[in-house]
Amino acid sequence: MKRGSFIEHVAWTGAGIAYSLGTGGLLAGRAVAAGVEGQIEFVQISDSHIGFHQAANPDVAGTLKLAVDAINAMPSQPAFVVHTGDITHLSTQQQFDDARAILSQLRAPLIALAGEHDVIGNDPKLYFATFKVPHSTPGGWASWDAGGVHYVVLLNVFNFEKMGVLGTDQLDWLAKDLAGVATSTPVVVFTHVPLYALYPQWGWTTDDGAKALALLQPFQRVTVLNGHIHQIVTHQDGNIRFASADATAYPQPKPGAAPKPGPVTLPHDDLLRAIGYRTVEIQAGTLAFEDRALG
Amino acid sequence: MRHLLVPLLGLLLAAPAFASTAPGVRIQNDAFVPAVLTIAAGQTVTFTNADDDAHTVTAYDGTFDSKGLDTNGVWRHTFAKPGVYRYFCQLHPFMKGTIVVKAAGS
Repeated sequence: MKRGSFIEHVAWTGAGIAYSLGTGGLLAGRAVAAGVEGQIEFVQISDSHIGFHQAANPDVAGTLKLAVDAINAMPSQPAFVVHTGDITHLSTQQQFDDARAILSQLRAPLIALAGEHDVIGNDPKLYFATFKVPHSTPGGWASWDAGGVHYVVLLNVFNFEKMGVLGTDQLDWLAKDLAGVATSTPVVVFTHVPLYALYPQWGWTTDDGAKALALLQPFQRVTVLNGHIHQIVTHQDGNIRFASADATAYPQPKPGAAPKPGPVTLPHDDLLRAIGYRTVEIQAGTLAFEDRALG
Repeated sequence: MRHLLVPLLGLLLAAPAFASTAPGVRIQNDAFVPAVLTIAAGQTVTFTNADDDAHTVTAYDGTFDSKGLDTNGVWRHTFAKPGVYRYFCQLHPFMKGTIVVKAAGS
């Protein structure tokens, strides 16, 4: 499995890649030895697709459990674990039950966003009943402050025709929410679909994402972490840093590298190296994250 | 028997009457095949997900929706009235298809 250009040059045997934003705004990557870690603030997992049972991963429950076990084994538990959506494959009650059974084993609190696979039929009832973000608005989006960071959860998986899309209600809420935050405060945004036009040909974009980014641009340090595309892709736009995460289920092709974005089937060992979770440290208001493979 | 059945099956599939009574759309490689299907009013279209990912068959105007179709999932919809019915996949909005329904007997 070929990974992003940053990563192709690094052996991927239990080590991770840490990215940190230098004062000049340049993205710097460094390899980090396994087991060497500071205080993890939170962990991101994504795209578990519980219920998927094709060749690309016949045991998506098993690989999600591997991620949960690895997170639970961390000597110092994170403040929370965020799941950036596509928890289930087909939004069924059974799949939500199975996903909850695994994710409830996490020692740290869970914040789980909806992906489009969690609200098929434009019906969020089962998602809201199972995984609603704590203290969220009626629409499901949310914000909170912790450790000097302003966290925002945006849901951009409704109105599928233009997926992703945030909608006027959510954008109005975001404008009001950010109005009360000092521009020096680090802002961390979680979404499912990328907020910028990462690869619109495959729907890897948010139709009205530019409006959200315009609201975020005045802030000095913004990080947007998302899922949806089952691979690590980083991007920088002004003060805003973007990082898509690996899935826990299966990888998808690099943008445009295949005729279609569907699941990529790899030998089992290679699969485990192409899926994983992300640990995030926050040092003096700057996020540094490591993407850790499951194999 | 196999060598006898195969030519017979070929004859059946080749017969226009058979094909027009069982119109179908296959979902494969993140696409609806054929992308445009013409049928007569009252016919039922069988949508088959032959892909390794989940898909939906969802009308832009909201008049029909398969909901989630897993791999090998089959969904049927009867188009009673003539018209042009455009649809897409909610999970992959770049996937688009059209059913053209002509008046029966036209």
